[in-house]
Amino acid sequence: MKPGFINGTITTPNGEVPSVSTKWSRQDVWSTIKVRWSFGRNNYQVRPGLYATGSPYSTSKVYVTANFKLSFDHLRRALDGMNAWILVLDTKGVNVWCAAGKGTFGTRELVYRIRAHKLDKIIDHQAVIVPQLGATGISAHEVKTQTGFKVIYGPVRAAEIKTFADSGYKATPEMRNVKFPLRERIKLIPVELTYGKYYLLLVPAVFFILAGLNSHGYSIDAAWSNGGRAVINLMAAYVAGCVLTPAFLPWIPFKRFSLKGLTVGWLIAILFLFLNLLGSSIFEKISWFLIVGAISAFLAMNFTGSSTFTSLSGVRKEMKLSLPLQIIAAAIGLIGWFITRFI
Amino acid sequence: MKQLTYLKNVVTLELDLQKCNGCKMCITVCPHEVFGFSEKKAFIKNKDQCMECGACEKNCPEGAISVRSGVGCVAGIINGIMRGSEPSCDCSGTKSDCC
Repeated sequence: MKPGFINGTITTPNGEVPSVSTKWSRQDVWSTIKVRWSFGRNNYQVRPGLYATGSPYSTSKVYVTANFKLSFDHLRRALDGMNAWILVLDTKGVNVWCAAGKGTFGTRELVYRIRAHKLDKIIDHQAVIVPQLGATGISAHEVKTQTGFKVIYGPVRAAEIKTFADSGYKATPEMRNVKFPLRERIKLIPVELTYGKYYLLLVPAVFFILAGLNSHGYSIDAAWSNGGRAVINLMAAYVAGCVLTPAFLPWIPFKRFSLKGLTVGWLIAILFLFLNLLGSSIFEKISWFLIVGAISAFLAMNFTGSSTFTSLSGVRKEMKLSLPLQIIAAAIGLIGWFITRFI
Repeated sequence: MKQLTYLKNVVTLELDLQKCNGCKMCITVCPHEVFGFSEKKAFIKNKDQCMECGACEKNCPEGAISVRSGVGCVAGIINGIMRGSEPSCDCSGTKSDCC
């Protein structure tokens, strides 16, 4: 079936090229929301190849992108009112930056696509515009050597393409810089929230079942009261690590993400302590501090993968100390909590 | 907004000034303004801002830049440890979760 964004064809010296709309349909908007919440994220693709938008000629620019539909959609929307070619690389449905890091958005694939779609026959200026974040996978001088095509690095954000084009295809330092403002961090939170997948149901269920155990055997009442409390504490830890820490990232003290997560987790634990949600005995309270802290710290540390400024060396250094501590704290906390069932 | 920074003095980025031809490609591709330019050559201005993405190394025609690049991502590193391979977020070609 033909995708909804295709609205015609353009005839070129190398045959017909599908042309695409620069507007998002209701379907596109709805799919974007779903993908932001992880639904179908691993299979949200467009077919790799050459597309056209507007009525491009042999002098029109070629914009390169990944075949993750969200990347493709942002590009075609940014090209509204322009005549351009879009060259979609096969990145197995992964966005430009991640795919570039992995190498699938890379020199080899770009060279292959330039040749396979006979770009030299369709355009006469021998240049392609690659999003700057694609530079992690693409070597401009190698593309030049292998195909004769020049790689021009465009702005980081598709939304700035028009300004980029108007200023003579030069990206300003501002366009080249990756920032990580609140708005962008918030967009990532839904995906973070779905990180736990089915464990989000499994783990609370296990806690519910274990919470009923006591020295007299099994008590449904205890399962409800202790289990309910356990689930609230676990969810709070999850939200602390996956939602609050990413949202308030620049304002939470410490450089290490795990310490940021620990800070937020313990603030919530202190709040719960005063609300009498943390447990009845001192052992149970301490156990929850350990569990909540470990979960929040781990999940916050996991956000390094979504952040735009953490280095491999840095994350390695952070994990070396933090990960074992998180595991030990969680283990002691769990054992402690379980023992308090029998005291 | 103030630039967010991560841990200091861990980055593996190096620039060999002898090889630099002043083409400014590193400045073009760097997402964090790590490089500056003076006396017809690039220099490392903000080393701690580097996220080791490797774009500069890949686009330096003279091979003047070296950096141990890779995914700065916990899930990726754990993946690597489990499989005894390099850190990889396992984005492409498999069904598992992506960065």
